Amino acid sequence: MLSLIVFLPVIAGLIILAVPSSQKQIIRIVSLLAAVVQMVLAVMIWRGYDPSLAGITAMAGGMPEGSFQFIERLPWISLDLGNMGSMNIEYFLGVDGLSITMVILTALVSTIGVLSSWTIKKQVKGYFLLYNLLATAMMGCFVALDFFLFYVFWELMLLPMYFLIGIWGGPNREYAAIKFFLYTLFGSVFMLLVMIGLYFSVIDPLTGNHTFSLVAMASQENYIKDAILGPDNAMWRYVAFIVLFIGFAIKVPMFPFHTWLPDAHVEAPTPISVILAGVLLKLGTYGMMRINFPLFPEVFQASMYVIGVFGAINIIYGAFCALAQQDLKKMVAYSSISHMGYVLLGLAAANSEGMTGALYQMFNHGTITAMLFLLVGVIYDRAHTRQIDKFGGLASYMPVYAGIVTVAWFASLGLPGLSGFISEAFVFVGAFSSETTRYIAMVSVLGIVFGAAYLLWSLQRMFLGKRKDDAAYDLVTGPDGQEQIHFHDWNGKLDLDGRELAMLIPLVVITIFLGIYPMPIMGLMTTTVNHLVEVLSPVMMAVVN
Amino acid sequence: MFELPSGAEIQSIISILKSGLGFFIPEIYLSILFMGLIILDLALKGRNKSGILGWATLIGLGGSFYFIAQQHAMQAGEHFFGMYVLDEYAIFFKYFFVASGMFAVVATLADRKFDAEVKSIGEYYALVVAMVIGMVMMAAASDLLMIFLAMELVSLSAYILSGYFKRDARSSEAALKYLVYGAVSSGLMLYGFSLIYGMTAETNILKISMELADHGYDPLVMILATLLIMAGFGYKIGAFPFHFWSPDVYEGAPTPITAYLSVASKAAGFALLLRFFYIAVPHGVSPYEDILGIDWLTLLVIMSVASMIYGNVVAIWQKNVKRLLAYSSIAHAGYLLLGVIVMDEIGTQAVLFYLLSYFLMNYAAFYVVVLISNRTGSETLDDYRGLGSKMPLAGAALTVFLISLVGLPPTVGFIGKLMIFSALLSKGALYIWLALIGVLTSVISLYYYMLIPLNMFLRESLEPNEKSLNPGFLAQLMMAVLMILTIWFGLFFEPLSEFARYSSAMFGLSLY
Repeated sequence: MLSLIVFLPVIAGLIILAVPSSQKQIIRIVSLLAAVVQMVLAVMIWRGYDPSLAGITAMAGGMPEGSFQFIERLPWISLDLGNMGSMNIEYFLGVDGLSITMVILTALVSTIGVLSSWTIKKQVKGYFLLYNLLATAMMGCFVALDFFLFYVFWELMLLPMYFLIGIWGGPNREYAAIKFFLYTLFGSVFMLLVMIGLYFSVIDPLTGNHTFSLVAMASQENYIKDAILGPDNAMWRYVAFIVLFIGFAIKVPMFPFHTWLPDAHVEAPTPISVILAGVLLKLGTYGMMRINFPLFPEVFQASMYVIGVFGAINIIYGAFCALAQQDLKKMVAYSSISHMGYVLLGLAAANSEGMTGALYQMFNHGTITAMLFLLVGVIYDRAHTRQIDKFGGLASYMPVYAGIVTVAWFASLGLPGLSGFISEAFVFVGAFSSETTRYIAMVSVLGIVFGAAYLLWSLQRMFLGKRKDDAAYDLVTGPDGQEQIHFHDWNGKLDLDGRELAMLIPLVVITIFLGIYPMPIMGLMTTTVNHLVEVLSPVMMAVVN
Repeated sequence: MFELPSGAEIQSIISILKSGLGFFIPEIYLSILFMGLIILDLALKGRNKSGILGWATLIGLGGSFYFIAQQHAMQAGEHFFGMYVLDEYAIFFKYFFVASGMFAVVATLADRKFDAEVKSIGEYYALVVAMVIGMVMMAAASDLLMIFLAMELVSLSAYILSGYFKRDARSSEAALKYLVYGAVSSGLMLYGFSLIYGMTAETNILKISMELADHGYDPLVMILATLLIMAGFGYKIGAFPFHFWSPDVYEGAPTPITAYLSVASKAAGFALLLRFFYIAVPHGVSPYEDILGIDWLTLLVIMSVASMIYGNVVAIWQKNVKRLLAYSSIAHAGYLLLGVIVMDEIGTQAVLFYLLSYFLMNYAAFYVVVLISNRTGSETLDDYRGLGSKMPLAGAALTVFLISLVGLPPTVGFIGKLMIFSALLSKGALYIWLALIGVLTSVISLYYYMLIPLNMFLRESLEPNEKSLNPGFLAQLMMAVLMILTIWFGLFFEPLSEFARYSSAMFGLSLY
């Protein structure tokens, strides 16, 4: 099941490879089919998922069954290293409460990304090949439970992303693409070293061999005492935690490692922005929750405050930057940075509320930001500009568009009744109830105010009022005598067309539904989050040592 | 002066030589192939000469696999009065060098530049074989004299091969530079050898090791000797600061020879370096501690770090693809040295595996460079613009090979790096800083390697014509196979790593 959902896009990619590149429609439809089937599989996994199992660590005795679900475990490579024993790499997939929500999110966003890719005209075959490779890599990252496998998927994302930004991107795409690539690789090479170090420090209780299994690594009793990352080597454990954290923080992106994100977003084509904001950023925080924190809980305990401070900086700094942007897409990109700050703050709180809020915020941010970038793409397609002050009074001419924009914008600023509110509320409840993050939370609340400021201000400038003199469109009188607007070089429907509605309506529905009744998603994660909190808590660690 | 040996002594010498011959069959076979090619060249006339000779070389080299494979059954040991050893380690490199030679021939057959130089192509192929013989001997030599002879055989063949395009000034320049640097470094190495001989009165590396262990040595002389010897070895592996020849030679030499030098000649240097330092020169343990506090291992650490940093950083500014790959090969020498520094079986295994992966990805990359230069007549980065849409398969394949050279999964290059870093970290915290430099410089390498796909895919061609350039069916097939292998061995590397481990058994290696 999980293998199928991971490799389905690659299979679609192989089919596309056989289709001649002139058959653009077939290529698109094959990709869409793969994505839809992936979505169906995700729903089936969701239906079959038992939310009472904990995940994160193995059950007593080291068996992952009974803790993880949909497990697929095969020996992949067994490497004889002479007197160092053998290096065992497994093909090990499984989901728990952390990954199940991300699997659903990934399937959803990939499908919407394919729909959004319909407007790609240049080198369609190459585009969808890379797109499908990217989809596989993302999904693989979320379900891999072997560190080696995780690393392979993690790195596999970089190359397709590089080309997707670099070939189909905007004018400054070369710079943005290589910047993204270098930044992320810089973070992940350290992860490689930590991975090797962990390998030499952890013994799988089932086999007695060294292992890459993240499940075994999450239990502190599996560590060899005097190994390089064993409990006796406190210094190296700190170093490993920090470099691993930086690796994931680059992906989040956390201040001060965020500078690649605005560049990448502004240059990337719309579907890739959607994927980038909707799924890729979550990999950073997912990696922290899956790998960074449970493997080094005592270091996490010591650094919660710092993580919280960085979260607050992200929230406020991102909001301030968004406030200053003239380019709508850049504004949304900075709003992403701000919203990922909430995730960091929730993680730093290290209690059930905070962690649940963080994980739920990851899901909601995925859907809401996907919506925001799609909406930016809609207007960019028509006007060929994203400058906020080139618009004005759009609401009266594009009512459907304006309506959906309003829902998305309000969801983003955390209006009660929409999904963003619940996750942010949980984050703040968690942060206030934790001794460590209480004061940080007080400062972070300001972020909500600034968030409302940039979102409402942009809404006002673009959609309310009247057409400006230097606007990106003309006012013409339509066939029905009504005054309407005309974009240069745009022959399609003025307001949203069917394809655009097909992408946006599901997201709007999800946003509203999960704002009123969050349990379908939140119910999946409770047990796992509670267990994670337990694993990370000082009491638990005292028992182990 | 000399006493004439008695009849019985002569008899025993002859019988030792005779018994050694049985362990020397692949080398004899290759020597016969070498002479056969020269004779065939004289006999052949007409237009197809180049093709026939090329295929004859290819088949002839392929035939030697049969004789090499039979050596697995033989007992590891010394032959010809300790001049020459046969062990799994040597057999590994025999396969390696014969396969390298074959690949050089394949690349030559694909390279159109040779069409204009068909006159002396017979010598060319014969010299490729001669170089194979020399390298095979380098990997098996266990005596200072033999080491020197084998290295000179390789070098002399390489000088001629790199200057093969006589009418091309750059090719001739490459040959001359190569010769001058080679002569100097050989001289330095010989001086180092003479110092070692002066200390031990032995030329066999096993006996040298015993002599040094039994009688001790002057550490100052020892460090001087190893430094001088490193000049010779460092020249062969192309490591900083003995790399000065490589950018010019790599740029000027015919591309198949560039590939041949960058892979095979480097591997031969490593074969020799590992055997010589692991067996002959002691390290570390108390009686050998020296006053300067540095030994050959420290020298290697310095060389390795300098190579990684220098090679990767200077490559950023290169405008010529062959030159870029030349600097990158300096960096790869640095990564390989990391494996040598570890000084145990895992390290040797990692080095051998890395050499295998480097063989695959570097040859493959140069092969695509040859195909592209056939079509565009150029090797500069600017002329790679827009090639991605004109030669999609070549573009995709080259990208995969370059990604592999960076060391990203799921390619074989990643596994090579993984093995090297695993070997370093298996020593605990001791070498973490070396591993750090290794990974950081590989991030730098991403930048310049990606310049090639950047020009191929992200930039439009300077002269817009949308004509696609087809490199031919066989070449397409070859590229596809190499690309699949690069990824396949990145995912399922067990056979390669097992082979590397099996081959890390060196004759006479007792103490690490």
